[in-house]
Amino acid sequence: METAFKTAFPLIVYSLGIVAAFGGVMMIVAYTVLAERKVLGWIQGRIGPNRVGPWGVLQPFADLLKFILKEDLTPDKSTKFVYFLAPIVALTAAFLPMVVYPFGPPLSDPLGWLVPYLPVIPLGTEPNIVAWIAEQAKNMPLTIARIDIGVLFVLAVTSVGVYGIALAGWSSNNKYSLMGGLRSSAQMISYELAMGASVLGVVMLAGTLDLNGIINAQANSPWYMRWFIIPQFIGFIVFLISAFAETNRVPFDLPEAETELVAGFHTEYSALKFALFFMAEYVNMFTVSVMCVVLFLGGWYVPGLSHIFEVGSIPYALASHAAFLLKIFFFLFLYIWIRGTLPRFRFDQLMAFGWKFLLPVAIGNVIVTTIVVFLMNR
Amino acid sequence: MQPGLESYLALSGILFTIGAVGVVYKRNAIGMFMCIELMLNAVNLTFVAFSRYYGDVTGQLFVFMVMSVAAAEAAVGLGIIIAFFRNRLSVDVDDASILKF
Amino acid sequence: MAGTVLFFLFAGFAIACAVSMVYHRNPLYSAISLIGVFLALAALYLTLAAPFIAITQILVYAGAIMVLVVFVIMLLNLDEDKPLNRLKYLYAVGGGLGLALLAQTFFIFYAVLKTPKAEVDPNMTAGRTMSIGRAMYTEYLLPVEIVGVMLLMAIIGAVILVRKMEQPHLELVSEGEDEKE
Repeated sequence: METAFKTAFPLIVYSLGIVAAFGGVMMIVAYTVLAERKVLGWIQGRIGPNRVGPWGVLQPFADLLKFILKEDLTPDKSTKFVYFLAPIVALTAAFLPMVVYPFGPPLSDPLGWLVPYLPVIPLGTEPNIVAWIAEQAKNMPLTIARIDIGVLFVLAVTSVGVYGIALAGWSSNNKYSLMGGLRSSAQMISYELAMGASVLGVVMLAGTLDLNGIINAQANSPWYMRWFIIPQFIGFIVFLISAFAETNRVPFDLPEAETELVAGFHTEYSALKFALFFMAEYVNMFTVSVMCVVLFLGGWYVPGLSHIFEVGSIPYALASHAAFLLKIFFFLFLYIWIRGTLPRFRFDQLMAFGWKFLLPVAIGNVIVTTIVVFLMNR
Repeated sequence: MQPGLESYLALSGILFTIGAVGVVYKRNAIGMFMCIELMLNAVNLTFVAFSRYYGDVTGQLFVFMVMSVAAAEAAVGLGIIIAFFRNRLSVDVDDASILKF
Repeated sequence: MAGTVLFFLFAGFAIACAVSMVYHRNPLYSAISLIGVFLALAALYLTLAAPFIAITQILVYAGAIMVLVVFVIMLLNLDEDKPLNRLKYLYAVGGGLGLALLAQTFFIFYAVLKTPKAEVDPNMTAGRTMSIGRAMYTEYLLPVEIVGVMLLMAIIGAVILVRKMEQPHLELVSEGEDEKE
């Protein structure tokens, strides 16, 4: 019994972590949708959804109910298996990066204060299982999986998400969908290069690919580069622009341009399958915002917070986590703001911008950063 | 507890066989291209398995080289396929039966 | 135990996807199956303590090369592969080749099985990003440079191949000049 429990303990912890992170991200995503409609309404001088609950706070759940109850249509001439596979691929690839998000600083002893208040529960030969769990919880990181290649993992998994869109466009047997899928794959490949090149500068400065390591590197830098947005401003701009392209958001929403392609790759999708694509888009927005915050804005690190709270204590972690979320919300707001402001690119403009402007700028940034880092480390 | 080296080598051999047979069976230039990619991947698996069982990094570096070659091959190979399609309106290798086009 | 289960799970998935890739005549189905093989192999690399190579596998193969292949398949709107009509003897050649390679595989399996088992170092650091990077830029610097030049050549070659050639008007001009002379 005891050994079984101890063997299963990491699994239980990981499962709980995944459930917590999944629930939190889903709630944020649901309310991003509502916030988008509200902010767009505000930008356009109207009210936005306000019927379901006070200020429309229950609107996401009403939408979800609507998506579940609607009839799920499948085009007669579609390729059934691929048609079914595409939204699953899109949503899975959108959710997977969640396991490496650095949600907050490590907790040095999160359960230690609780032990004296709890009764002694023996288990097998272990005198007190509560104390054992508290012992295991020491130095608990607020990250589900600590892998030392977090940046590459996020880039790799999000690049798989393009199959969802491309396959959806192909399997719908609809020329507008096919155009959307084609545009999407071309766009993703083009902007992924610029995105990867813009990340390189940060990775060189931090000397690691681990997301928590990058945050620690920023916390330990001299004051004039406490956030990597200062030395890497060009990289930040390139990353932000490519992020808009990678998530198919407004200045680059060519794959679903409603004035040209009806609804692009998801023209034929309805009900829950459409909801999966919809969710995938917003989860991707969240992922890209997390990457922006972690790489360029110091992640959960708040300068000076260690003077107020003890490092590793629970209030310190909570305040850091709140700062992390606030930075993310700023980027989500930026997404909505730009959607309300900018018109859409033309496709040849999009390609020319990606290849002839963004990629050379990113590569130039990498070269300059290499020289500077080399001279600094001499 | 891990399966031994021989299991990985056997898997690699099976994948390589499937890829080689596929190259012969496929009539489609893109299909043949994908089978070649499969063969390259089977070789990569061998490299990584040996790297694991000898505790040496060289095998993984060679995987890196193979991946670069595969990327270059994808760029040039797909370029050839598109150029061929423009002239013949087909990617069937049977149609590429005259040396000049 | 867990390692063995994971190995057989992903090995089975890889073989099933590979067979399905060769079996399907529709190129897009083949491409999807091949992506399945790549993902399974990436998982196997993880069990072999090579996380960097596993992620690079997804990034390069699944994220870049296969997106290009799917893009080309969709762009050219390829339909089903035709059965062999002119080259029927290739069925026999392929079968023979497959049998020979499979026999060789099992010979290797048998030969490696007979050798004494090497002890696996559980704390191997060879798969870490740092050791790979160090080896890449010290011991294997020249191959890495050559790979870089090769990639540049591939880029230029692909651009030249796919570029639409302008129709040469030289012949008309020269004919006119001939007439003048």
